[in-house]
Amino acid sequence: MPDQLLFATEVALNGLMAGVMYSLVALGFVLIFKASGIFNYAQGVMALFAAMTLVGIQNGQVPFSHLINAIFGTDIHYFGWEAPAILAIALTVVVMIALAWAVNRFIFRHLVNQEPIILFMATIGLAYFLEGVADLMWGSEIKTLDVGLPQGINETIDSVTFEIFGYGFFIDNLDIVATVIAALLVLGLVAFSQYTKQGRALRAVADDHQAALSVGISLNFIWVLVWSIAGFVALVAGIMWGAKSGVQFSLSLIALKALPVLMLGGFTSIPGAIVGGLIIGVGEKLFEFAIGQPFLGGATENWFAYVLALLFLVFRPQGLFGEKIIERV
Amino acid sequence: MKKTLTTLAVTALLAGPAAADLVIPDLSYRTGPYAAGGIPFSDGYQDYFELLNQRDGGIGGEMVRVVECETGYNTEKGVECYESTKGEGALVYQPLSTGITYQLIPKAAADGIPLHTMGYGRTSARNGEVFNNVFNYPANYWDAASVAVNYLLDENGGDLSGKTIALVYHNSAYGKEPIRTLEALAEKHGFDLTQLAVDHPGQEQKSQWLQIRRERPDYVLMWGWGVMNQVAVQEAANVRFPMENFIGNWWAGAEHDVTPAGDAANGYKSLNMNTINPDAPVFDEIREHVVDAGLAAGDGSNVGNVLYTRGMYAAMLAAEAIRKAQEIHGTANITPAMMRDGMAALEMTEARMEELGYPNIGPVFSVSCQNHGGSGQGLVQQWNASEQRFEPLTGFIEPDREVIDPLIQEDSMAYAEENGITPGCADS
Repeated sequence: MPDQLLFATEVALNGLMAGVMYSLVALGFVLIFKASGIFNYAQGVMALFAAMTLVGIQNGQVPFSHLINAIFGTDIHYFGWEAPAILAIALTVVVMIALAWAVNRFIFRHLVNQEPIILFMATIGLAYFLEGVADLMWGSEIKTLDVGLPQGINETIDSVTFEIFGYGFFIDNLDIVATVIAALLVLGLVAFSQYTKQGRALRAVADDHQAALSVGISLNFIWVLVWSIAGFVALVAGIMWGAKSGVQFSLSLIALKALPVLMLGGFTSIPGAIVGGLIIGVGEKLFEFAIGQPFLGGATENWFAYVLALLFLVFRPQGLFGEKIIERV
Repeated sequence: MKKTLTTLAVTALLAGPAAADLVIPDLSYRTGPYAAGGIPFSDGYQDYFELLNQRDGGIGGEMVRVVECETGYNTEKGVECYESTKGEGALVYQPLSTGITYQLIPKAAADGIPLHTMGYGRTSARNGEVFNNVFNYPANYWDAASVAVNYLLDENGGDLSGKTIALVYHNSAYGKEPIRTLEALAEKHGFDLTQLAVDHPGQEQKSQWLQIRRERPDYVLMWGWGVMNQVAVQEAANVRFPMENFIGNWWAGAEHDVTPAGDAANGYKSLNMNTINPDAPVFDEIREHVVDAGLAAGDGSNVGNVLYTRGMYAAMLAAEAIRKAQEIHGTANITPAMMRDGMAALEMTEARMEELGYPNIGPVFSVSCQNHGGSGQGLVQQWNASEQRFEPLTGFIEPDREVIDPLIQEDSMAYAEENGITPGCADS
């Protein structure tokens, strides 16, 4: 196989893996939009908040310690214990459920029947508020996230491809783990929505709010449920991205990588978020490899992802898997 | 945060004007994506002035009042901070952002307030005859690029011909700064320069590091900031690029840039414009008079780390310029114009650095009307993961003035022509 083709194949495989990481973020957007019609601008910040909470619990950090110390003149920062990763993850899930309840109780319950743009604005406010709370709770410094995820080149793939092609492919172990987790997440979400009472209720709400209400489904419960699931997805995304860069405030910017995925895959489709992520990941990486770096000076990935998404939008405005909305007059 | 809340509480209680006369704005960024870098620098900057107030009763008998303003590393907010604080009698601004610096250069010139852009900002501001009010001592970006190449020359017996150096840079004005100098140095020394741009914020760098894995350059230089640094170090480890051949600039060489990658970051190198010595006597003084007294800008945990030391060094240079200005003009209560004179006559000697409690914190240098950039020297440090600290590998290395000075002359004269400036020294 010619060298350039081998390199392109390696780039495409890494693009697929990067696409999975984008999909993990996009999934949270899709879940909330599908159930409530809200485009949740705060999804990236939720990933940041979840990851910071996880590391804070793991390290035994006292939440709001700076605030407490400033008010009471104390000097406490840590409880003095370290929690195992699995316990810290479980406790973070509880925090994300509490957050979901609070978001619905104090914000969206008061905004029922408002225009989508009002709901969108509310999520912008929520994003900035949550970022401030995360800062107050856990501080601004970069935190090392260690939940035992493997990182670095996968030796098996490297040696097998070297034996076959004479060139060892680079695939990051973290990306492989992310792919497995994303697959399990999608299977779990599909099973939940198909085979559980709450899942069927969620689908009913997603199809028609009024009809769901008329058969006794509690909209409040469903919204808390879906924000909780989105919070869990945000935690998974936060762990995967935080493992690469440490947990820091720029983690919230991963939402920018999810937007072209949503435009391409559709705002209402879980498979769309996955397929959209894969197309964006492969597309941007191959473009950078073949055209961006050799001819345009590089750094094309951010804008090319949006160009790709726009191209799809022109021909299929609802996205690849989105529902076509027809309004009769 | 602690400092902010304490300040708010004290302000609310006293509700009166502060008595201090030497006003130093601190354009900090304690929030947002770059807070991890902004917090220790600001802590160091403020704590040193607090030390002078507590220990010495200020400078020349005048207390220093630090006015902190949060920029979030955002250019618009930085300009707002400048506008809202300059009326308080600000003596000097440390904008701590190249973007903010570019916006403030014409404003500060019009207002007659000096800027100190230490190791960042507009490189050609070294030419003091064009940029009367801007100082970028002790070194600038082009010095940094040249120091890195001189270090590599030294590592390779003075010959880099046939070697390949890849520059991984933040795709912004800041990241592109060293390209011109590196191109000139590549031509002079015969090495190949590969340029790899990384889009903001730099969380995804797979393409760049796959290319490095394929092409195996001999060395990688990095002009990064924020999350780009942590991801680059991790990706370098992932593709098994030798850490000892990976050199970041001085904004890519703090503890938080390497700790997320754990042991894999061991051996990573970076430039620095000042030394790192957590055992320096000045830190003991800060702990005694500031941290233990509950007056620190932060919680005291950053004292002695890379960016805290740099912030403290910036404050030390500002304080020395104030002393020089007081000496020149025979008054303790100086104006911004007098401060500029003090900065233009600043001298940092070995003896003076020792007196200040940190021998050899920076290079020996002097500033003049013509040279606002100091010596331009920098050093190389290396991360020791087991000790969790950067350790010096070299002493201060001279940059290649033969290459840099003509570039500075060309760029500064172009600026002078565009802005109708007649080069010359400022009137005292």
